[in-house]
Amino acid sequence: MEALRQLRLNKDEAHLKALIQSIPYARFLGIDAEVRGDELTMILRYHNDLVGNVMLPAIHGGVIGGFLEMAMMIHLAWVSETEHLPRPIDVGIDYLRSGRPRDTYARGAVTKHGRRIANVRVEAWQEARDKPIAAAHGHFRMKEE
Amino acid sequence: MSDSSFLEQIRAQGSMIMGFAPHSRAIGMQMVSVEPDVAILMVPYAPELVGNPDTGVVHGGVITSLLDNASGLSVGCHTGERKGMATLDLRIDYMRPATPGENVYARAECYKVTNNIAFVRGIACHSKDGELQLADPIASCVATFMITGGPIPDINTMIALAAAGERPAESAGG
Repeated sequence: MEALRQLRLNKDEAHLKALIQSIPYARFLGIDAEVRGDELTMILRYHNDLVGNVMLPAIHGGVIGGFLEMAMMIHLAWVSETEHLPRPIDVGIDYLRSGRPRDTYARGAVTKHGRRIANVRVEAWQEARDKPIAAAHGHFRMKEE
Repeated sequence: MSDSSFLEQIRAQGSMIMGFAPHSRAIGMQMVSVEPDVAILMVPYAPELVGNPDTGVVHGGVITSLLDNASGLSVGCHTGERKGMATLDLRIDYMRPATPGENVYARAECYKVTNNIAFVRGIACHSKDGELQLADPIASCVATFMITGGPIPDINTMIALAAAGERPAESAGG
């Protein structure tokens, strides 16, 4: 994958954004990223197509799950030297608060990075980092067999 | 223990109800069928849902949305009524990539409801000659929901909103 190859050569925000922009579903959801020092934050820009419940209103649970899964992939692509986009093996999502109609942020952390498999955790929040709206963990395949 | 009038109502108005959630509408989600305890939904293949541009495979997040929706609907298919619900957790195992160009189906079954918690399991797969390929799953899931009794609009309000392509009241949430 060319955007991933470029990111391996240039670990900076511009190349990470270019990787995200090369993924159609990331563009569809409206995912962005910011790098400050060694801290990577993924951003889900709010727009109407993300809403699941118009009465609350609240962001669709599937969108939050999709964002967290994408955030784990992007985080792994950022911290590793993988040649392929990491592929999910399993993902567990805990829904903690309803997602309000505003931007959502996520940060990931690698729990274990083996040769073939990585275990990642991620948390998403809106108005305050210590009030997460969702958390997820997952195993990802880092090498195509 | 499903109330057949609920299922009949969902069958008659399912496509309108699917259109009610802007995100479900945005990814083209459709209701395939409902029966006691079981809901089947489908998302058509679309280039904007691709997660890996090299392979054209749909992103797992699309499968997550589909399984989440089907799971939630299956709870109503079990209880026979529409109630406000919140997803507590959703765990998904990915068995194989979805085939590029093919629609993805999800079959969810609510197998137990306690006082206020619903337990669901589901499978995402393709369909061949009108038959769900459940033995060759793309993904499987287990989900738990809390039945909150929170606000839900009556079905006619939902249909009117969906028909109008209504935007949510963005100022109402705070």
